[in-house]
Amino acid sequence: MEKLYNISIFTENSVGMLNRVTIIFTRRHINIESITASESEIEGVHRYTIIAKMTEDQVKKVVGQIEKLVEVLKAFYHKDEEVVYQEIALYKIPVSVLMNNMDAENIVRSHHARILSVEPEFAIIEKTGHAEELKLLFDELKPFGILEYVKSGRIAISKPMKTLETYLEEMSNN
Amino acid sequence: MSTQIRGAEVVMKCLVAEGVSTIFGYPGGAIMPIYDALYDFRDTVTHHLVRHEQGAIHAAQGYARTSKTVGVCFATSGPGATNLITGIADAMIDSTPVVCITGQVASHLLGTDAFQETDVIGISMPVTKWNIQVTRAEDIQPALAKAFYIARSGRPGPVLIDITKDAQFGLTEFEYKPFGEIRSYNPSPKLDVEAVKKAAELLNSAKKPYLLVGQGIILSSAEKALVEFAEKSGIPVASTLLGLGAIPANHPQYVGYLGMHGNYAPNVLTNDCDVLLGVGLRFDDRVTGDTSRYAKQAQIIHIDIDKSELGKIVDTKIAIHADANEALQELTKWIEPKKHDQWIQQFRDLEAIEDEQIIQNVIHPVKNELKMAEVVHKLSEKTDGRAIVVTDVGQHQMVTSRYYKYKESNNNITSGGLGTMGFGLPAAIGAKLGNPDKTTVLIVGDGGFQMTIQELGTILQSKVDVKIIILNNNFLGMVRQWQQLFFEKRYSFTDIVNPDFCAIARGYGLEAVKIDERDQLDGALDDLLNSKGAYLLEIVVEQEENVFPMVATGASVSEIRLS
Repeated sequence: MEKLYNISIFTENSVGMLNRVTIIFTRRHINIESITASESEIEGVHRYTIIAKMTEDQVKKVVGQIEKLVEVLKAFYHKDEEVVYQEIALYKIPVSVLMNNMDAENIVRSHHARILSVEPEFAIIEKTGHAEELKLLFDELKPFGILEYVKSGRIAISKPMKTLETYLEEMSNN
Repeated sequence: MSTQIRGAEVVMKCLVAEGVSTIFGYPGGAIMPIYDALYDFRDTVTHHLVRHEQGAIHAAQGYARTSKTVGVCFATSGPGATNLITGIADAMIDSTPVVCITGQVASHLLGTDAFQETDVIGISMPVTKWNIQVTRAEDIQPALAKAFYIARSGRPGPVLIDITKDAQFGLTEFEYKPFGEIRSYNPSPKLDVEAVKKAAELLNSAKKPYLLVGQGIILSSAEKALVEFAEKSGIPVASTLLGLGAIPANHPQYVGYLGMHGNYAPNVLTNDCDVLLGVGLRFDDRVTGDTSRYAKQAQIIHIDIDKSELGKIVDTKIAIHADANEALQELTKWIEPKKHDQWIQQFRDLEAIEDEQIIQNVIHPVKNELKMAEVVHKLSEKTDGRAIVVTDVGQHQMVTSRYYKYKESNNNITSGGLGTMGFGLPAAIGAKLGNPDKTTVLIVGDGGFQMTIQELGTILQSKVDVKIIILNNNFLGMVRQWQQLFFEKRYSFTDIVNPDFCAIARGYGLEAVKIDERDQLDGALDDLLNSKGAYLLEIVVEQEENVFPMVATGASVSEIRLS
């Protein structure tokens, strides 16, 4: 059965790494739902969070192929319940909405969103949460007019306590 | 004060430091500084000028496989580099260590659609084990050292280094530092002895244990360990296409060749064994047939150096991520000495059926046109199964793998995973140069020969002693066979009008002979083998001969057809 998997990949920070990783998905006709790349807790090691829908058998093999890449240190896959994850969205709305409309203010409050910036013509609202929560705020703001909307990919941290450094030590001991 | 040298010279010094003595290549604009540096290294490094870059990479592959070193090729940017791609993909899937060095436009022109600029890093990314673009002279040495390390370690494979022209011209200090290690890459996994013990227990309690071996045996030089393990355990051994020669074909426990056109017994009994031990193979679909009906009754133990192969195709009871040689030696310690005579007899009984229904008819035919199998059988006898035999792809390849009885390792050079027509001739050139003391015979079809026929020019110029046998059936025979069996004999563009191969060969300075009669065969093969220098023997064979047995697509290995 297909479901969303959280794939965490730790790589060296070299040119073209993201391409090396994504072509593994492309070749198997797997669509990437979201992708985020950033630094990790270890200097020089980059971390990708990739969300994609596939079967467990597929994800096992995809992770195997990713780990096979010379410059990948380690790759993991997790189901949603095995990770803590978050996304962030920014909503640009006309500033008049906030000025004139109590509902809009209530919506922002009840969603625990925050106002990042207010300019003469627009305001930027920020919300973090799961995709559904971000979408809910989007739906509620929509009647007031959303000028722009952008959402990040998911970032996820796994619940198991083993650190990447432990894995690296194990690898170098082997 | 240290002196500075050009990046191009660094390339040459690195190659010498890595022990490279042979390069296959073709010059062009973006690699000219390297060729200029090569000019000063003519005494230490032999460069063979190929006639097309595809020839360079296939020759490097053949060279790597017979010399057991890393093959090296040079090509220029753009079309030079893209012409390498087929061979790189071939080397990737067949685990052949090759380092490709391509020239690239100057770094300030990257991304500008400059003359002969192509994104070879992007293009080659999915088919290389690793690749890198170098834009500064000082980065050449570490990149090359890393390239050789990656190409030859773990599961070997092709590596490409793209060097911009300004990096080749740039000045830098040179000190050779061999590559140490990469923290993200572990080519020598520590053997899990507990897993090996468990595997031994499983095998010790098995009634019908069965050992399948692949090229991993050859790549890890585990031939001796394999024979010792086999002889102590008494387990029958079958081989994949690329594993042929890992165990001598005349070994009493060798039961044959696996896969689509392999032998009857080893395919059928895959679905009868109780413990299946696979070492250094990847359970390719040409070996397994329908995987949902592949060895389902058996408990599978899989040993491979590439962790991603474990569990990729077949479900394993015990997976051992290890070097084949090391794992087999350890396994031999824990295996109980046994004989499995009755079980091996089951193979021999089925072998007799194949022998009667197929083999005898094709190796000793008495009437009609010559058959491919009788040619290969005779060649096998005349060379005592000890020649380097290179093939192209198609019917002649399957016939060669069936009827050439490889008694030695590193002698079977063929394009397995990718099935690259045109591989044969250039690979044979490399194979001969990689082990010049051995007779090297190329068996090639009339179709594949024409895909890289221009490499006769390399034979001419470099005086490479390759014995060429064209098995000419005037058809693209394997596709024609499939059209006959699965497409109602609709021979869509498989009949091929051929040139006068002998005249072409003579044009390139080769001796060439054509035969079409059975009574000419013996003498013609003798003449070929006794000839001095390169020689071409064209043998006209039966037009519409089919290769059997055959596991049809979608069938199970035990449904292998004898006709």
